[in-house]
Amino acid sequence: MNRFYKNIFIFTFVAPAFIVLIGVVFYPFIYNVVISFSNMNLRHIQDWQLVGPIQYVKVFTEPTEPNFYVIFLKTIIWTFVNVFFHVVLGVFLALLLNQKIKGKGIYRTLLILPWAIPQYIVALTWRGMFNYEYGSINIVLTKYLHLPAVEWLKNPTEAFLACILTNIWLGFPFMMVVALGALQSIPHELYEAADIDGASWYHKLKNITIPLIKPVMIPAITLGIVWTFNSLNIVWLVSNGGEPSDTTHILVSFVYKAAFNLYRYGYAAALSIIIFFILLIFSLSFMKKTKATEAAY
Amino acid sequence: MTSSKNKRMIRILTHIVLVIFTLISKNKRLFIRVLTHLVLVIFTLIAIYPVLQVVTISLRPSDKLLSTSLEIIPQNATLKSYVSLFIDQPFLLWVRNSALISLTVTLTGVVLASMSGYAFSRFNFIGKKIGLLSLLVTQMFPATMLLLPLYLMLIYLGLINSYLGIIITYSATALPFCIWTMKGYYDTIPISLEEAARIDGCNQFQAFYKVILPLASPALVITGLFSFMSAWSEYIVAAQILQDTQLWTLPLGLKSFEANMSTEWGLYGAASLIVMVPVVLLFMILSKWLVSGLTLGSVKG
Repeated sequence: MNRFYKNIFIFTFVAPAFIVLIGVVFYPFIYNVVISFSNMNLRHIQDWQLVGPIQYVKVFTEPTEPNFYVIFLKTIIWTFVNVFFHVVLGVFLALLLNQKIKGKGIYRTLLILPWAIPQYIVALTWRGMFNYEYGSINIVLTKYLHLPAVEWLKNPTEAFLACILTNIWLGFPFMMVVALGALQSIPHELYEAADIDGASWYHKLKNITIPLIKPVMIPAITLGIVWTFNSLNIVWLVSNGGEPSDTTHILVSFVYKAAFNLYRYGYAAALSIIIFFILLIFSLSFMKKTKATEAAY
Repeated sequence: MTSSKNKRMIRILTHIVLVIFTLISKNKRLFIRVLTHLVLVIFTLIAIYPVLQVVTISLRPSDKLLSTSLEIIPQNATLKSYVSLFIDQPFLLWVRNSALISLTVTLTGVVLASMSGYAFSRFNFIGKKIGLLSLLVTQMFPATMLLLPLYLMLIYLGLINSYLGIIITYSATALPFCIWTMKGYYDTIPISLEEAARIDGCNQFQAFYKVILPLASPALVITGLFSFMSAWSEYIVAAQILQDTQLWTLPLGLKSFEANMSTEWGLYGAASLIVMVPVVLLFMILSKWLVSGLTLGSVKG
């Protein structure tokens, strides 16, 4: 093919998407950087000016209630606890489903359900289930387990726990499906050989299963961490925008509130960029580590 | 009375423990199988319970909306909430708005992604690597990263409260994902197929739409359905951009039933169920492909 024709072909194929991406992704991104160095807020929405890195300084030093470090710590707890349970539950259920058992298809289908339901419906339904008087969680606790009822949505710790429980429920099916796919690609001969050698189930898990599903699980875990870190829906809707009094925020919900409830545009833009860099640095180092593990095979 | 109940409970529990022990001693395999099923049943119940809860709420008669009973099918079950949803509420308007917006986003995404994904998969050109990398990087943006500047841009352009405004915003999240998935799928189609088509006299464009595009139709369907579903189920962005009730999408409508003081639980349940069922069914069918697409993309990236 002649070179000129080829270039025209590439151009016509890439240009439309590229133009749209400039409009809806690249330009807004640059604009966000500009806003982050400005004093834009509700009062200065038209006559804003560049003021240097003041907003960034504010993010780290302003004594907001709660402040950046507390929320950052909460976000890390949120992400770690969620992804930990997603992976553990997901792999555990995948191991159970990877045997020859009756009704495997039905179990698999029903267990994916939490992932399939639109997130806002999940959040609003769980919020109803956490209701003090009429929510089914408290009813089970008091009527059947004879425990005291819990004020799920009124106390800071319990409300945050409610968000985490909802998100754990929501996220394990993804890891389960990924792990199941990985498990099915492990050749049977390996286990047969291990059986002949008299290996226990623990040794088989440690020496065959885990190393062989790792290359698939690690990208999925990276993705899971990024998603969880950035998951706004559940926290925002279960806690109804950070209730009680902004104690349930993670970074993304905090920045969403700063932008759209408090109209602190410059501040929110700066915080968005900080969150982005936290995730970028994390993912790059994580992927580097992944490459290192891949080379081991 | 409670003490006799407790006694009965204890007796039943002892029986269960005894049965389990006999099973272990007699047949270890069977015991493990029973235990597996038991664990799976418990998790399945946890997974489906909130859905059952929605069903229950939607069937409750209006005087029993707040109830402390845990029955799945409530007493005096009624379909009144469903009727009222269609007659008294602008439910069909929300369905129309949601469908219109989601379809436009999907169509734009699939058309643009099927073309640029192909170029990204088959050719080398300046900026290809950076382009692909930046598409991946957008997946790490927190929601506000693009939402805030787009929101301000839409205000300047007078596009707040318009279909176009929300479509632009949704495209910003859908398009990178679509391009990435399509590129990943094209990568799995052997290049020799195109070479054969070229030898048979097709030019590059004909080879693309006569040979490769039909082969990539599963990926087209999957990216299309996923961008449709993500737009169909989106609340946070829509809440900022669509303030006019005439333009509300389904998620905004459903959330409006959940007001602070007096939640319309019956309407909420009925609407949720109607919105949920088609999406859930589609998702079940597609989940296998989605995962292979995601892992494929990340492994190759």
